Amino acid sequence: MLADKDRIFTNVYGYQPWNLSAAQKRGDWDNTKDILAKGQDAIIEEIKASGLRGRGGAGFPTGLKWSFMPKESPDGRPSFLVINADESEPGSCKDREIIRHDPHKLIEGALVAGFAMRARAAYIYIRGEYIREAEVLFAAVQEAYDAGLVGKNAAGSGYDFDVFVHRGAGAYICGEETAMIESLEGKKGQPRLKPPFPAGAGLYGCPTTVNNVESIAVAPTIMRRGAAWFSSFGRENNKGTKLFQISGHVNKPCVVEEAMSIPFGEMIERHCGGIRGGKDNLLAVIPGGSSVPLVPAAEIWDAPMDFDGLKAVGSGLGTAAVIVMDKSTDIVKAISRISYFYKHESCGQCTPCREGTGWMWRVMERLRTGEAAVEEIDMLFQVTKQVEGHTICALGDAAAWPIQGLIKHFRPELERRIAAAGNMAEAAE
Amino acid sequence: MLSGGVHPLMADRYIEPDTPELRARWGGFAFKPEWDAKAKAAIARYPEGRQKSAVMALLDFAQRQVGEDTGTQGWLPIPVMEYVAAYLDMPVIRVVEVATFYTMYNLVPVGKFHVQVCGTTPCWLRGSDEIMERCKARGMAKGHTTDDGLWTLTEVECMGNCASAPMVQINDGNYEDLTGERFDAVLDALARGETPKEGTQDPDRHTVEPVGGPTTLTAMVGENHDYRGEW
Repeated sequence: MLADKDRIFTNVYGYQPWNLSAAQKRGDWDNTKDILAKGQDAIIEEIKASGLRGRGGAGFPTGLKWSFMPKESPDGRPSFLVINADESEPGSCKDREIIRHDPHKLIEGALVAGFAMRARAAYIYIRGEYIREAEVLFAAVQEAYDAGLVGKNAAGSGYDFDVFVHRGAGAYICGEETAMIESLEGKKGQPRLKPPFPAGAGLYGCPTTVNNVESIAVAPTIMRRGAAWFSSFGRENNKGTKLFQISGHVNKPCVVEEAMSIPFGEMIERHCGGIRGGKDNLLAVIPGGSSVPLVPAAEIWDAPMDFDGLKAVGSGLGTAAVIVMDKSTDIVKAISRISYFYKHESCGQCTPCREGTGWMWRVMERLRTGEAAVEEIDMLFQVTKQVEGHTICALGDAAAWPIQGLIKHFRPELERRIAAAGNMAEAAE
Repeated sequence: MLSGGVHPLMADRYIEPDTPELRARWGGFAFKPEWDAKAKAAIARYPEGRQKSAVMALLDFAQRQVGEDTGTQGWLPIPVMEYVAAYLDMPVIRVVEVATFYTMYNLVPVGKFHVQVCGTTPCWLRGSDEIMERCKARGMAKGHTTDDGLWTLTEVECMGNCASAPMVQINDGNYEDLTGERFDAVLDALARGETPKEGTQDPDRHTVEPVGGPTTLTAMVGENHDYRGEW
C-alpha cells in the first residue's frame, strides 16, 4: 500500500486549512525558485522521466506535451498554459478536492509548468458549478500574488508569470481543450477542428497547452522528490500515484490517492469498505468515468487500475472515476442515463453527435422498457459506430462507447426484456 | 411557453419574450458600483482588446444583481444582455449565444431557491430518485417555480460530487450525502430562513473520506502534519 509520506495531496480531505501558511507548512512553495533555476529543459526532462501521463482522461505523456511548445517566439506572440478544471465527466470529483483543499499545489504547479513551457500566464478554467471551490481558488491566487509567488519576478525567480481564474457556466463540452479555448475567448464552447493544434495556435491564436488540474498539481512534488521517486509506483508505462474516485454501490464511497496499478478489488476492500452486499453482489464497474465501457464483475476484480490494465479488459482508466454497480442495478437504465447525459451535453456542432446522441438515447429507453425489436440491438450498435470517429471532438465517441460496452456484455439482458415485454403484450391480447 | 412534449428537456430553454413590460422593468439596468468593480477586475484578467473573454463573468454578475433586486437566484432579461453587450463592445447576438449555450444562465425568472437535483448515473445509483420524489411532494415540478415563489426545480447533469452522492445544489451551496430525511431537513431550514450547513449532510463524515474516518493520512485529522521528515 502507498505510504502516507508518498501521498502528494496530503490535505485532500480538508481536515487542515487550504491557505498559504498552512500549505507552506506542508511543503508547498518551498524554495520554488530553486526548481525554476534548473531551467526549462531540465524541468521538462524530469517530468518526461517521471512517466507522468495526463490525468484528465487521455493519458498523453505530460512532459512530451510541454515539449511541443515553442522555445522562441519569432513573431512576438506569447504562449499560454490553460489548466482544465472543468471537471464534468460523470463520476469524476478529484480536481474539486485539489482546488478546495490544496489549491496552492495547483498554483505552484502552474508556475512550474508555465515556466517550463515558456508561457506568459496560466488561465485556470474552473467549471461554473464549482462555486465555493472557485471562491477558494480566487482567494488562494490572491494570496500567491500578495506573497510575490506569482506575478512579476514570480517567487524571486526573475520570471514574470500571471495566474488567472476563469469560471465556466455549465457546459460539459468545455472540458474539451479547443472548446475550452473558445469559451475562454468569450464564445460558445464548440470544439475547433485540428489542425492547427493548440500548441501552434490556441488561445487568442497563440501557442497554448491545456493540462488537467491533477497533472499540473503533481509537478512541484515530482520536481522536489525526483522522477525516480514518482516512477517507483505503478507498472511500466503506468507510473505514479493517482487520485481515484469511487462512487456508487460500495459501502464507503471516497476519493483516495493510491499507487497506479493497484488491483480493483484491493482498492475497494481497503478504502471503500467493500462492495455493498459483498463481493458476490458486484454486477459491473465503469472504471474511468462515464465515457468508458463498463466491465463485468468477473473481469474487473483483479484488473490493475491503470491505463493498460483497464484497456486489457476493454475499457480505460479515463479520469480514474470508478462507478460501481451492484446486482440491484437496472444496468440498462444506468447506461441509458449516461446516454441522456451526452444528449444533453452535445454542443450541436456536428450532425452525427447532435442527432445521434438523441437517437441513441431514445433507442436506449426502448431497450430499457423492452418495447423494442431484437433487431434494434444491432441497429443501435451500428449507429454507435457511425457516430464514433465521425465528429470534430471525442464527445461522439464518449456517447458511443458506454452503449457498445452494454451491448457487448449484457445483450442477453436486453433480449430478455424484449421477450418479456412481448409476452406481456401477447397476454394482453 | 414554448416547451412541450413528454420529456422536460433542456433543449426547451427559451428566452423570456421581449415585451414593453420587460423593457420598462429592466431597460434601465446598470451595474451597481460593487458589481461594476468586479466587472472591471474580470476584464483586467484578459489581454488588451480581448475584453469579450469576460462575457461569462459579466453575465454571472448581471444575473446575481438581478437576483439581489428580485430576491431570487436571478436571471437574464434581454435588456440586461444588451447592457452586457454594450459594456464589452460586443454584438448583442454574441452575448445571447453565450447566455443560451451555458446552462447556468437562467433565461426566465426563477424562485428564491433554485433546487438543482443531480440525476446523472453516480447520483442515481445512490438514490437521486428519492430526492426528486421529495421535491415533487412539495409541489415542485421540473422547469417550474412553485406558486409561492420559493422553489424552482431543475434536474441537472453531473455536478462533480460523485463520492458524496446524491447531491443537490441550491443557489450557491451544495448539499451532499443526502437521504430523503436529510434533504427535507435542508429544505425546511431554507424555508424557515435559516442557513443550513453546506457540504456533506452525513454526521459521520468530514468531506470525501470514507465515512467513519479516513483509511489514509490519519495524521492530518488532528494536526497540519508535515510528511517531509519521513521522505
